[in-house]
Amino acid sequence: MSQNIKKETSVGKKALGFLAANSVPVMFILICAVCIPISGFSPAYLLNEIVTRMGRNVFLILSLLIPIMAGMGLNFGMTLGAMAGEIALIFVTDWQIWGIPGVVLAMIISIPFSIALGLLCGKILNMAKGREMVTSYIISYFINGVYQLVVLYMMGSIIPIKHTTIRLPRGYGIRNTLSLLSMRQSIDNLLAIRVAGVKIPMLTFIIIAVMCLVIVWFRRTKLGQDMRAVGQDMDVARDAGINVERTRIISIVISTVLAGFGMIIYLQNMGNMPTYSAHSQIGMFCIAALLVGGASVDRASIGNVFLGVVLFHLMFIVAPSAGGKITGDTMIGEYFRVFVSYGVITVALVMYETKKRRAKASMGEQLQAAQQEGE
Amino acid sequence: MSEQIKKNDGTFMDRVRDMVRSFGLPRMIIAVFLLVLFIAAPFVGADFWTQVTNLFNRFSWNAVLVLAMVPMVHSGCGLNFGLPLGIISGLLGATLSIEFGFTGFPSFVMAVLIATPFALIFGVGYGWLLNKIKGGEMMIATYVGFSSVSFMCMMWLLLPYHKPDMVWGLAGKGLRTTISLEGYFAGVLSNFMQIQIGKLVIPTGALLVFALLAFLMWAFLHTKTGTAMTAVGSNPTFARAAGINIDKVRMLSVVMSTWLAAVGILMYEQGFGFIQLYMAPFNMALPAVSAILIGGASVNKASVANVIIGTILFQGIVTMTPTVMNSMIHMDISEVIRIIVSNGMILYALTRKTEATR
Repeated sequence: MSQNIKKETSVGKKALGFLAANSVPVMFILICAVCIPISGFSPAYLLNEIVTRMGRNVFLILSLLIPIMAGMGLNFGMTLGAMAGEIALIFVTDWQIWGIPGVVLAMIISIPFSIALGLLCGKILNMAKGREMVTSYIISYFINGVYQLVVLYMMGSIIPIKHTTIRLPRGYGIRNTLSLLSMRQSIDNLLAIRVAGVKIPMLTFIIIAVMCLVIVWFRRTKLGQDMRAVGQDMDVARDAGINVERTRIISIVISTVLAGFGMIIYLQNMGNMPTYSAHSQIGMFCIAALLVGGASVDRASIGNVFLGVVLFHLMFIVAPSAGGKITGDTMIGEYFRVFVSYGVITVALVMYETKKRRAKASMGEQLQAAQQEGE
Repeated sequence: MSEQIKKNDGTFMDRVRDMVRSFGLPRMIIAVFLLVLFIAAPFVGADFWTQVTNLFNRFSWNAVLVLAMVPMVHSGCGLNFGLPLGIISGLLGATLSIEFGFTGFPSFVMAVLIATPFALIFGVGYGWLLNKIKGGEMMIATYVGFSSVSFMCMMWLLLPYHKPDMVWGLAGKGLRTTISLEGYFAGVLSNFMQIQIGKLVIPTGALLVFALLAFLMWAFLHTKTGTAMTAVGSNPTFARAAGINIDKVRMLSVVMSTWLAAVGILMYEQGFGFIQLYMAPFNMALPAVSAILIGGASVNKASVANVIIGTILFQGIVTMTPTVMNSMIHMDISEVIRIIVSNGMILYALTRKTEATR
């Protein structure tokens, strides 16, 4: 039966199959191909922007890979790590530790916060198996409330914050924008090289490369294998003697810690921190970028991350200008890119769910056929 | 040890414990919290009857939006995080009704009439999608809502609206972010048969409309189709065995939910007095979802009573916390409390073991 089908597949069908499997990246390449000439940006400018944004975002997106491996879907709870990173940055700014030491110290301080939040998130997600994504999404909102409670009301009143420059005039709470001038691009500028006018932040890329290697190595460790087993089938993994709950919690904790580091790298590049809104969109953009790179809810690779960052941010840069040129209103382009971000996530989620259902149905048919043969 | 507890069955403490269990601990905390706020209100200088009036008003604005949750919860589609889709049909109805030159009460009726076909079309498409992805409804519903809102952001700019009251003054096109309903349908229901006793003002008309819709919903749930819907939600396998067309019932529930959301936003606007476009519908689903959950609903069980209790409790907290807390501790902490309470409630519902199996 399957041989017959194989014979019929021609090159054209293979191409169609490839297109269907990679429809999202292909669609994005088309959008970019149309928008780039219209937007009128020079290639040098675009290249510069892409390199900057790659250094800024890749680490954050890498943090999403491990929960996907453990079958927990897209970790919308990465926002928790981002918040931990922000709290660490607030402290380091208040203690006035500058440059690289400041960034490193912020990363170290973020770890306990990330672990605590990750443990909480993992515990809650274990109580909501089968709907991890929507739960992690609501957790991010919930912890956002707690974050505001801590940063807006407790910092300066209960938690000591020395410098009035980062406090709100009323005496407690942190200002809406926190200047990170003391740390601005300290990682990016160290070892930065210029190639034909394009600034390449070598150190950031080295950190990212090391992280990629760590992830590749991690997949081969015992824990990594356990995670993949849990991701394949929780019951089978449990029968094989893997502590499923613990493995899932660890995967979320790792993801949260990495997201915290990622957020610090992101913010040191930006140079200032919108205290109450920096994290609100970050999860959505990272997830959209990963999906644009061709990942799905149950499968994502490092290649997806890089392709996704390039395509997604290319679209992000050119859309407002291209939209403005086409319709005469830049706002259209702004809304368009937001729409595309959400649209991509929607399409990816729908494709994943339909695939899951189809797999379930075909498994049922196979079982039935096997039963009939047995009779 | 356990036998001893069983022997004591029927004592007062046990009965209280049972009540708490059936009522749910978080719900209890919220109810007590609200009660404390109401008791504390006069001591901090907030006028009691003004507070009650506020509560009545906000109830009449929001109740229908919360009611829109009921059909989809019943048919097992989970909490309707895709509420913005219905809200958009309502917004289309409202703006088109004004564009066509209707004023006063007829503009409200026309808004409902115009919104209906949009709600039906969107609802059918949305229902079709949700039927294809059974089991993953809530996450996809969230993103369907988000993408439709951001898509409409472009449309509000591009659609050929011309009414000077609604478009940007200078450009002459593109709808404003906030449109005043003064002269159109602001307060047409709330002011109808309004009762005023001292400082207490009751928006009778709006409450009556909600009562009518709630009664219709209650009656529908007791018809044959309504019972079938409940069956699909509580046990799909059993429902299929009983010869119910599951997809059709689910589709019906989604269409109903979408239409109610459209009417709900119109009710909200007539009370509030403004149409809010662009990103405004974005976060309107979460308050409605948490309201019905606070009222005692779960991911696959909801009743009209849940809607009423939930809206009162949720809106009570929304209206009471700013006034009372501010004067008590001189901190505007209400927004944060609202975020924590509402999302905490949704989390609580999502993590209940009993509903996780489906």
